[in-house]
Amino acid sequence: MLSQLRPALVALIALTIITGVLYPFAITLIAQIAFPSQANGSLIVQNGNVVGSALIGQSFDAPKYFWSRPSATGPFAYNAGASSGSNLGPTNPALLEAVQARAEALRAADPNNTAPIPVDLVTASGSGLDPHISVAAANYQIARVARARNLEVARVQQLVAQFTQGRTFGILGEPRVNVLQLNLALDALP
Amino acid sequence: MSWQILFQHAAFLFIVWLLVKPVGTFLARVFEGQPTFLDPLLRPIERAIYRVAGIDAAREMSWKVYAESFVLFGVLGTLLLFVILRVQTWLPFFDPTFLTTPLTPDLAFNTAVSFATTTTWQAYGGETTMSYTSQMLGLTAQNFLAGAAGLAVGIAFIRGLVREASATLGNFWVDVTRATLYVLLPASALVAIALVWQGVPMNFNPFIVLETLQGNEQIIAQGPVAALEAIKNLGTNGGGFFNVNGAHPYENPTLFTNWLEMLSIVVIPAALTYTFGVLSKRPLQGWVLFWIMMFLFVVGLLLTTWMEQNGNPQFVPFGVDQSMSEEQAGGNMEGKEVRFGAGGSALTATATSNGATGSYNSMHDSYMPLGGMIPLVNMLLGEIIFGGLGTGFYSIIVIALIGVFIAGLMVGRTPEYLGKPLDPTAVKFITLYTLIAPLTISFLTALAVITPMGLAGLTTNQGAHGFTEIFYGYTSSFANNGQNFAGLNANSLFYNITTALAMWAGRFGLGVLALAIAGYFAAQKCRPTTLGTLPTDSLLFAVLTIAVILIVGGLAYFPALAMGPLVEHLMLRF
Repeated sequence: MLSQLRPALVALIALTIITGVLYPFAITLIAQIAFPSQANGSLIVQNGNVVGSALIGQSFDAPKYFWSRPSATGPFAYNAGASSGSNLGPTNPALLEAVQARAEALRAADPNNTAPIPVDLVTASGSGLDPHISVAAANYQIARVARARNLEVARVQQLVAQFTQGRTFGILGEPRVNVLQLNLALDALP
Repeated sequence: MSWQILFQHAAFLFIVWLLVKPVGTFLARVFEGQPTFLDPLLRPIERAIYRVAGIDAAREMSWKVYAESFVLFGVLGTLLLFVILRVQTWLPFFDPTFLTTPLTPDLAFNTAVSFATTTTWQAYGGETTMSYTSQMLGLTAQNFLAGAAGLAVGIAFIRGLVREASATLGNFWVDVTRATLYVLLPASALVAIALVWQGVPMNFNPFIVLETLQGNEQIIAQGPVAALEAIKNLGTNGGGFFNVNGAHPYENPTLFTNWLEMLSIVVIPAALTYTFGVLSKRPLQGWVLFWIMMFLFVVGLLLTTWMEQNGNPQFVPFGVDQSMSEEQAGGNMEGKEVRFGAGGSALTATATSNGATGSYNSMHDSYMPLGGMIPLVNMLLGEIIFGGLGTGFYSIIVIALIGVFIAGLMVGRTPEYLGKPLDPTAVKFITLYTLIAPLTISFLTALAVITPMGLAGLTTNQGAHGFTEIFYGYTSSFANNGQNFAGLNANSLFYNITTALAMWAGRFGLGVLALAIAGYFAAQKCRPTTLGTLPTDSLLFAVLTIAVILIVGGLAYFPALAMGPLVEHLMLRF
């Protein structure tokens, strides 16, 4: 076994330097030159301040904003310094209590809305950072947001349509709405 | 299931099929030592490594020396990674503000074993544990090296099957070096850059602290993500840069990245069947293995998609709409991301559980009982459906050999594969190989459920689901997969040590036995094919092998599955 020690050590160290130092630095260099925005986290900057990332959701609970999906990160929701799902099993009573409480909170914020609640609005995402809601989840909230902002429903509908991303090539993935970008656009309305 | 989801699944598998031949041909060239288009760039580096290391590339090894080298490389890799993790507080890019989980000796040990065995089980939590230095020099590098070592063993195994009266299986150091430089490095570079284009970060910036639109504080972790993301899948490792792995929008921002990452897992192991066909000069033998894998993959994929798309019946009384429509994906969305829906999540659950890769994009712990059982079964079958890089190939062959053996008993002739007789010595090796998995997994699961230290891990879920969490954990560790039912609190002395034992058994126990089988076959002479030979490139053989896979797996694990997901499913329905 000792006869293999020298090749083992040299191969380990040489390949570690190539793959653990040279490779990541080379990729960083290319990424920073070719795709600087994406490489630095797809940040959204307004008036010189970073207000968020297009890929990372934020927590909303004011009626005038579209709400994101529930998040199980700690110690606060949408903590992108410690991503986490709830990991509650499908028969866990804690899951059912959480879903019921979320459904009640949504109904309390908009008592006139008797439509069924889209499932993504009452279930925690895997990452706890999901930037999207389904189109159904956005539509469910349009009336509430319009009322809270004294806007016409049609105007809000138009914005939702504007921020809806369809399936790639019309087939791949699921249609979705980026909540942070939609809310930023709402705030930017005159 | 909508036609869009079925189309997505079918298109993905079609691309896998398209890539098998070119990639398999390229792999054959690389490991036969033939020139490739990368030679002008890489050949000087390769030669320099051999010179400094004192490696004579032309000198081949017996299976014993090959196995020794494989184990030694794994042990040294573990030690190096352990040291890097333990001293990360003194190395650059360590920020104690955000790295709140300490790398205790047992956690560092578990993580080092885990990465050196391509398991990459996450007892640690990515952005809360690892500095950028650890992520690159430690985890990214070990992702390459452990993956390359697995690929080397797979190639040596193929040589054992196709050679005649040979005492050697190739040179481990040459195979590892060429696997790293010619296969994993260029593929990772391409994938990493495509990932950055789609939004995966690649920087060394500190974590961002900002005020959200509603005026709350938010912390956003950054880092050299794309480089690790590419190799974690290509090397069939799977440990995420972030805690939630492929569910994190920075690791997997779009359906395109999800496809790219799943292709990275599946393509090389799938292509090895073609490489086998090339090297044995019997292409059909390789294709039969490919289609066996593909069949089992599709069955698991459809079942998982169906279970998850049906949603959770307990949500109905709360007025929740889980139906699928043009406006929403619907289904059981707990632990899933909107951009993937049930379909994209099920594809990843199937590809990662079959591909010995832990990079899930949804929380399997929150799957419906039977939806979560499919990935578990995929792992229990022995990572044979494409499987780990290199390791998947010898795993499917060993199962196929059992099929050959049983068929031989039925017709009363000496069973043989590719003209190599399966005599008592070979059958003993194969039996031992088959028994290691149920022994290790069942013993450790039993130990955990009867000790307070084991039960202490059940902090999220209890009962039948809690049992499944523990069973899933040891299955995944043994399979060198690394995905988990993450509700299990696995960062404790008990789990850090016991899961590491399972990883070693799965990596070196099976790897060394596979090399022994390969060495034994290499030494044999081929017998001429006669009328009494079972053709191993036929539909009959494929059906027989699939039956053996399901019977061997079913006999070993049905009792455990009955206590876990099956009983949970019945509780949900009645």
